[in-house]
Amino acid sequence: MSLGKTNKYLGGFLIAFFLTAAFLGWVWTPFDPLAVDLRSKLQAPGAVHPLGTDEYGRDVLSRLLAAARTSVTISILTVSFAVFFGIILGSVSGYARGWVDRVVMLFTDTLLAFPSILLALALLSILGANMYGVVLALGFAYMPTVTRVVRGAVMSLREQEFIEASRLMGHPVLYTLRCHIVPNCLAPVIVIATSMFGSVLLTESALSFLGLGVPPPAPTWGNMLASARPYMGQAAWLGIFPGLCISMTLLGINLLGDYIRDRFDPRMRGL
Amino acid sequence: MMRFVLSRLITAIPTLFLVSLAVFTLIRLIPGDPVSLMLGDNVDEQAYAAMSQQLGLDRPIAMQFLIWLKALFSGDLGHSITTGEAVLPLVLHRFGISAQLVLVAVAISTVIAVPLGMVAAWRQNSSFDLSVVVGATMLMSIPTFWMGLMLLLYFGLNLSWLPVIGYVSPAEDFWAGLIYLIMPVAALVLHETGILVRMVRSSTLDVLRLDYVTHARAKGLTEGEVLRHHVLRNAFGPTWTLLGLILGNLLGGVAVVETVFTIPGLGRLIVESIYGRDYPLLQGCLLFVAITYVVVNLIVDLCYPIFDPRVKSV
Repeated sequence: MSLGKTNKYLGGFLIAFFLTAAFLGWVWTPFDPLAVDLRSKLQAPGAVHPLGTDEYGRDVLSRLLAAARTSVTISILTVSFAVFFGIILGSVSGYARGWVDRVVMLFTDTLLAFPSILLALALLSILGANMYGVVLALGFAYMPTVTRVVRGAVMSLREQEFIEASRLMGHPVLYTLRCHIVPNCLAPVIVIATSMFGSVLLTESALSFLGLGVPPPAPTWGNMLASARPYMGQAAWLGIFPGLCISMTLLGINLLGDYIRDRFDPRMRGL
Repeated sequence: MMRFVLSRLITAIPTLFLVSLAVFTLIRLIPGDPVSLMLGDNVDEQAYAAMSQQLGLDRPIAMQFLIWLKALFSGDLGHSITTGEAVLPLVLHRFGISAQLVLVAVAISTVIAVPLGMVAAWRQNSSFDLSVVVGATMLMSIPTFWMGLMLLLYFGLNLSWLPVIGYVSPAEDFWAGLIYLIMPVAALVLHETGILVRMVRSSTLDVLRLDYVTHARAKGLTEGEVLRHHVLRNAFGPTWTLLGLILGNLLGGVAVVETVFTIPGLGRLIVESIYGRDYPLLQGCLLFVAITYVVVNLIVDLCYPIFDPRVKSV
């Protein structure tokens, strides 16, 4: 099987698997992911608890499923936020040029001058560590990339004849932007949005691991790893499974990302 | 060349100014009154007024910024609220530890990734290429903190080959320091190598398709010569830029690896300052990392003409 097909099928399978897990985590889990049961704490994987229990006797599988739901929700909300506002800012600044462009770019470049995880950390210290804080902080941290890409695409689009035609036909600026410009710069946005899912998931789990993401007891893969750290010697499964989930999901996103990039950007095919 | 350097240096000035403005504003955006947040709920008015004055919060905001900038130029980043230590020496000390980790890791990754990526591209679609791509994609998908935990579990706990946590400065005891660095550096190297290999491979593929490579081959150069003289230098440009970004990103991102191995680096300091609501310290750390990031990227840009002389004329 060629690399392109592997990317498509394996990536698709992994993503589908974790989306199903997230959906399952939303509707049903074998045990209550938050129920403490100290009598069955730190049990190795077995018949009752297929992936074992943690230091409070909570079922690891149920917690992984609930965490999948949180991660998927955060990733989707964050990427939507970054893409939505990135497209608005990028298309307005690329189309209007002049001082609007300068102000937007000044703002964007300043944000880009910070490493994204640092920017997210800084924003989290303002917004507070909770799910919406994480979404906003990561959204702001990733928005500038989208803004830059969209602006670049819009600047070359606005000089083309069909845009001039739309202007000459007397369409309002907003209509031209919405119906002619934005749809035509979606390809690069889709490509970066896919890879952004990966970075968001990675950063979100890193923040949780640092104790600055969604606060416990709500499970996330990152905070499960953080609380597993002291028990690694006696309960290795606590450290293995959440990390495996993060890695497999990231692998799925990366493979699918490669496939989508090849689809939308033929120049990159096979690279 | 001089003009290129100068123009690049001049464009960095507004960025640095904006970065400091952003850090200054960010800290003031924290909801609530910073003084009562810092001092806790039960404070008498005298302590409150003293704190406000010490932080300069009783003055207009523009004035506050100017005072802050002035102090910045004299290297004064204020004092930590929790320990009372001066921020700048503390940040510099912790930065030294993180920089050691990050620089060693990035250097090793580059040495591994460049030849692997080039050979993979040169033998595109061979089984070697396929295994490099698959391996790199897998490594890239494993977060550094999980890699760190797994290394710790296997080499530290199961085999007891390496010390599990802690840090010894190589300046004090070189060999002990080195042993403590092995696992954290390995965790970073494995992840970053995955990213770099893919970059080197794809930029090499780009170059290999160009006409002058065909020409070099046609005039009878051996494959080794073509790769060394014509491909390597040109393919290294994009990789070089990525290296700058990776270095900068790692300065913020190294916090997770430092957490896994309890290394007292800059990343840990940032996280601790957020936990402790130590705003002067947080502000100092943020500013320091952001400036380092800008400077690293500046240095990367300034070195770019070494790999691609065409840049000079831009």
